[in-house]
Amino acid sequence: MLSIRNIVKQYAGHRALSDVSLEVESGQVFGLLGPNGAGKTSLIRIINQITAPDSGEVLFNGEKLNQSHINRIGYLPEERGLYKKMEIGEQMIYLARLKGLSREDAIKRLNVWFERLDMQSWWKKKIEELSKGMQQKAQFVATVLHEPDLIILDEPFSGFDPVNAEIIKNEILELNRKGATILFSTHRMESVEELCDSIALINKSHKILDGTVKDIRNSYRNATYQIEYNGETIAFDGKQPFDVLEEKPGANNDHRLKIKLKDTSNSNEVLQYLLPKVHVNMLQEVIPSMHEIFIEQVNLIR
Amino acid sequence: MKKILLIIQREYLTRVRKKSFIIMIFVVPLLIFAMGAAIALVAKNSNELTEKQVVMVLDENGQFAGKFKDQKNLEFKYSRESLEDVKTELKKDGNLSALQIPADYKKKDAVKIYSKKKPGITLTEKIEREMNDIAVNNSMIKNHIDTALLNSVKSNISLNAIEITETGDNKTNLGANIGVGIACSILIYLSLFIYGAQVMRGVIEEKTSRIIEVIISSVKPFQLMLGKIIGVGLVGLTQFAAWIVLSIVATKIAGNAFASPGGNLMGAIAVLQTIPFGKILLCFIFYFLTGYLLYSALFAAVGSAVDSETETQQFMFPITLPLLFTYLLSVSILFRAPDSALAVWLSIIPLTSPVAMMLRMPFGVPDWQLALSMALLVLGFLFTTYVAARIYRVGVLMYGKKASYKELVKWFFYKE
Repeated sequence: MLSIRNIVKQYAGHRALSDVSLEVESGQVFGLLGPNGAGKTSLIRIINQITAPDSGEVLFNGEKLNQSHINRIGYLPEERGLYKKMEIGEQMIYLARLKGLSREDAIKRLNVWFERLDMQSWWKKKIEELSKGMQQKAQFVATVLHEPDLIILDEPFSGFDPVNAEIIKNEILELNRKGATILFSTHRMESVEELCDSIALINKSHKILDGTVKDIRNSYRNATYQIEYNGETIAFDGKQPFDVLEEKPGANNDHRLKIKLKDTSNSNEVLQYLLPKVHVNMLQEVIPSMHEIFIEQVNLIR
Repeated sequence: MKKILLIIQREYLTRVRKKSFIIMIFVVPLLIFAMGAAIALVAKNSNELTEKQVVMVLDENGQFAGKFKDQKNLEFKYSRESLEDVKTELKKDGNLSALQIPADYKKKDAVKIYSKKKPGITLTEKIEREMNDIAVNNSMIKNHIDTALLNSVKSNISLNAIEITETGDNKTNLGANIGVGIACSILIYLSLFIYGAQVMRGVIEEKTSRIIEVIISSVKPFQLMLGKIIGVGLVGLTQFAAWIVLSIVATKIAGNAFASPGGNLMGAIAVLQTIPFGKILLCFIFYFLTGYLLYSALFAAVGSAVDSETETQQFMFPITLPLLFTYLLSVSILFRAPDSALAVWLSIIPLTSPVAMMLRMPFGVPDWQLALSMALLVLGFLFTTYVAARIYRVGVLMYGKKASYKELVKWFFYKE
C-alpha cells in the first residue's frame, strides 16, 4: 500500500527525519510510535503531500506519490480544527467535495454516518456551538466520509472521553475490516497492542524498530516466566533448571516466583522440577509489553 | 481547477450570506446620500438667509439712504430714530437688526450693527458687500466719474472651460471632475483596504482554527490562497453592483419626485453628463480588480505569517504606506494638478496606480498612459501573487514562531 523509502527531511534548525524507510501493507492497522518531537508528524505530512521530503520517495500502491492519490487518503491532523462559524453539515459536504466526492454522494454518506454516531440533530449547528468532544467526532466523520483507501490519524484518541474513544476505536476497526488501511500515530501504548498489526518506532528522527507487533514482542522474549504455587517454600539448591529473579511469599503458603530459564532448559523441565514439591497454580511466560519495549528502546538511544 | 471553484464558492457564499453584508448594501448608499444631503444643506445655508431679516439703517449723513438693494430674505428700512429708541424694538424681534453708519464711516470699526441675536456671517457679509459698492459709487460721484458709463463697461466674467478633443470641443466642469475624481479615489482606496483585510482575516481564521492542515491535505496552498482571493473579490464586485443598481433606482425615484422644469437637478445632471461615466466605471472595475489582486496577495502573505490579528501591525505598515500616501496626496494636492509629473508617475507605478489613476480619470488620461499603467499593474499583481504564494505555503503551517522579515525571506527561498 505504502512504501516509504529513505526519507530525509531537514528543517532550518534540526533534522526531522533521517533516512526513514517503512512498509505499510494493504489492509493493516499500522502504528507509528515515538515520543513527542520524534518526527511522526513530519512523516505524516510528507505522506499527505503537505510538505515534500528533501530526499527519498513515497510509493502509493507502487506508484510514486502524486496529486491523484490525494482523494484516496483521509487525514485527521493532531491539531483538530474546523471552520467555527460554518454549519456542520455544509462543512462536512465541503470537505468531502474537496476530496472529489459529488454533493449528492456526500449528503447520502453523511446521513449514514450521522445516524451511526447519533449526530442527526447537528446538521444545522455551527461548530462553535458544539462541545470539544462533539467537534472531534465531526472531524473524524470528515476524515473518512470520502471512503479513503488509506486513513491517516494523528493521535486519534486525544481529546476523546473514554466512551467516545471506544466508539471511535470500533469505527476505526470497522473501516479496517471493510478494507481500509489505517496508519496512526500515538504515544498511548495500550491502544497499540489492541489495534495494531504492525508498528514502527521513531525516535530522534531515526526509525529504530519496525515489524508486526507479534514479531517484535517475540523478539523481546527473554525466557522469563511468572510462577505461582502453593506449598512449603522451596529451598533452591542450584540444581533447578532456572535462575530465580524474584521471590515473593504470600499469605496461606501462596508464593510467587519470577524466573529465567537456564540456557538449555525449557518450561516443561521447570514444571517437572516443581510438580513433586509443590502445587503449581500458574506458569506464564513474561513477554514484554509494547510499552516496556518502547521505554527501553527510547532510553537506549538517549 | 474544480477544487479552486469549490473554494471560491465557499468563500463567496459564507460572506454574502452574512447579515452584515446585506446591511452594508443598504447602509452605505444611505450614509453617502445622507452625507451628500448634509453637505448640500450646509453649503446652501451658508450662502443664503433662511429667515427674513430686516435691517434698520441709521444713517447719520444720509450718504447711504435709499441705496441699499433688497435681496431675498433681506429687507432694508431707513429710520431717523435714535439708536436708543431702535434698541427697544430690537429687543422684541430677533430678526431685526440696526445698522449704525456714522458720518466718518471710513474710520476703522466705525460702522456697527446691533441685534438681539448674534448676526450670522452671511448677513454681515451681504451688508458689507453692499456698503462697499455704495461707498465706491459715492466716491466716484464725488470725483466726477460717470457711474453710468462705468456700469456699462463693467463686466461679469467667469471662465467657461472648454476642452479640445478629437471629436470636438467639450464643455467641461472642473468642479464636477474634481468631485468625481476624488470620490473614485476614495472609493478604490477604501475598497482595496476593506477587501484586502478580509482576505487577511480569512487566512488568519484558517490558521488559528487549525483547519488549514485539513484543507491543504486536499488542495495545494496556492489553490486555497487563490480561491480565497477570488471569492472575496467577487464579494466586492457584488457589493459594487448592488450599490450601482441601488443608486440608479434611487436617482430615478429622486428624478421623478423633484423633476421641476429648469430646476437645479437638471442642470447638475447636464454637467455630470459631460463626464465619461461608462469609461470611468470600466476603469474603476479594472483598477479595483487588479489593485485588489495585487494587495490581497500581500495581505494573504501577512495573514499566513502571523498567529493572530494583533501581530499583523509590523507587516501591515509597509503594505499600506504607498496606498495611504497616494490617497492623502490625491485628495489634498493632486486633484489640482492631475497632469503634473508626480500625478502621472503615481498613476503608472503599480502600487500607487489604482488610487492615482482613478483620481485622474475624469480629467482625461492619454491612452498610452492608461495602457502602460494597466499593463504594469497586471505584471505587478502577477509578481506579488508569486511572492505571496511562496511565503504563504510555508507560513500557514508555522505556529508559535514569531515571524520577522528575515524569516519571510527564508520562507520565500524554501524548496517545496
